[in-house]
Amino acid sequence: MRSILGWLGHQFLGLLQELGRIMVLLLQALSWLGRPPFRIRLYFKQMEFIGVNSLFVVALTSLFTGMVLALQTFYAFSMFGAEPLVGATVALSMTRELGPVITGLMVTGRAGSAICAEIGTMRVTEQVDALTVMAINPVQYLVLPRIVAGVIMLPLLTIISDAMGILGGYLVGVQLLDIHGGMFMNKIQEHVTLADVYNGLIKASVFGGILTLVGCYKGFYTRGGAEGVGRSTTQAVVMSSVLILVSDYFLTALMF
Amino acid sequence: MQNDRDIIHIESLYKSFGDFRVLDGLDLSLERDRVNIIIGRSGGGKSVLIKHIIGLLKPDSGRILVRGEDIVPLNEGEMARVRKEFGMLFQEAALFDSLNVHENVAFPLHEHTTKSYSEINEVVQAKLAAVGLQGMDKKMPAELSGGMRKRVGLARALALEPKIVLFDEPTSGLDPVMAAAINELIQRTRQEFGATCIVISHDIDATMKIADNISMLYEGKIIARGSPAEIRENSDPVVRQFIRGEAQGPIKVN
Repeated sequence: MRSILGWLGHQFLGLLQELGRIMVLLLQALSWLGRPPFRIRLYFKQMEFIGVNSLFVVALTSLFTGMVLALQTFYAFSMFGAEPLVGATVALSMTRELGPVITGLMVTGRAGSAICAEIGTMRVTEQVDALTVMAINPVQYLVLPRIVAGVIMLPLLTIISDAMGILGGYLVGVQLLDIHGGMFMNKIQEHVTLADVYNGLIKASVFGGILTLVGCYKGFYTRGGAEGVGRSTTQAVVMSSVLILVSDYFLTALMF
Repeated sequence: MQNDRDIIHIESLYKSFGDFRVLDGLDLSLERDRVNIIIGRSGGGKSVLIKHIIGLLKPDSGRILVRGEDIVPLNEGEMARVRKEFGMLFQEAALFDSLNVHENVAFPLHEHTTKSYSEINEVVQAKLAAVGLQGMDKKMPAELSGGMRKRVGLARALALEPKIVLFDEPTSGLDPVMAAAINELIQRTRQEFGATCIVISHDIDATMKIADNISMLYEGKIIARGSPAEIRENSDPVVRQFIRGEAQGPIKVN
């Protein structure tokens, strides 16, 4: 019993220590915000990599999420004749919850892992040291542009995700299951407020910060060659996903 | 005591990682405009020492004077100023693998000078020519051999005309011909670019050929220092065993 408690305590302290180190990296990165040199190109390159290149996979997964959501809610709602509410249910679920979360998780898998692998490889091949030796701060050069790009691009991707999810719901609900199209749209307008959408976008911004920060952190402190890079990349994806889902709960509790 | 000819002067440097003491009260002087070579066993703290000289690691205690200025208490911003006087060739060259050869050499110039693109191009061409790699501009690091990568790394280290160039095991993993070419480049770095060279190595033959002075690092201290001739005549059994490359002696193989 004692050893189990000891083990748990040890794990918990380790987790706190890691979160502390992540916060230190975040503060270091933020301390470079607005300080020259600016290197605008690095920011656009990361925005393209994190945002534009994730567009297709986010759109596709969101479309199918909306579709399956419509299918499932239609089945439940038809039991008490509430089929026209399928549209509003899909739209609310997408904007408040699934749009930001799916986008966050997909971008973690696509870009968060790549960020970690790239910076981790740079670390183990001494490229990060080379930057430092050339009098270039690696946090400013590598970490800050990625975090900024994540915070900016995730809400933009989430708008696409919301729209694709609702489109998927419409295709299944109206085209396939014969819900009246006007009713479907009407109920969405009636029940979804602007606050639902932008609270979702705020969440997405936070997720963008989490997944880029964790990817950078795990990459930055990688040790042990190719094996180490693989290990940190896995850890980055797991840790980002967990933090996204945990913070999602607390953000939701705060916002709605 | 610090001498006028010393460009770097290190006093009682201590560094431990956990319980493992790597530098144990090390004193070292490196001379201006010379090829200074630090020899010692693999894993004996040579890389740790060079990382202290450029401020990538901070010592537990001790002083590191670079041109008379103690760099140990400096913060990152002040350290960046000192580092602009250094160039460093890393063991595996540490080229940025997302950039081609030209962009790698141009990188410090874009970051730290206000030169125009055509001026930068001229410098890059001159440095690539100096290391014998004209016309390789568009190659990516992954397409180059180990020796070529090191030469690009040297061209990049020399781009800002540093006063001090550090070489971390410059010939390890190279064939003898390429190793000889790199050793010649180290001497030319001193002669043509007027830079002080600091080399860490365990390549005894090359060290004897190109060094102006040699310091031997053993168990966290400098145990011998002198010209190649003086080191060869040294009577310390540890130095003798290392120079002659013998398995039997006071240095334990483990």
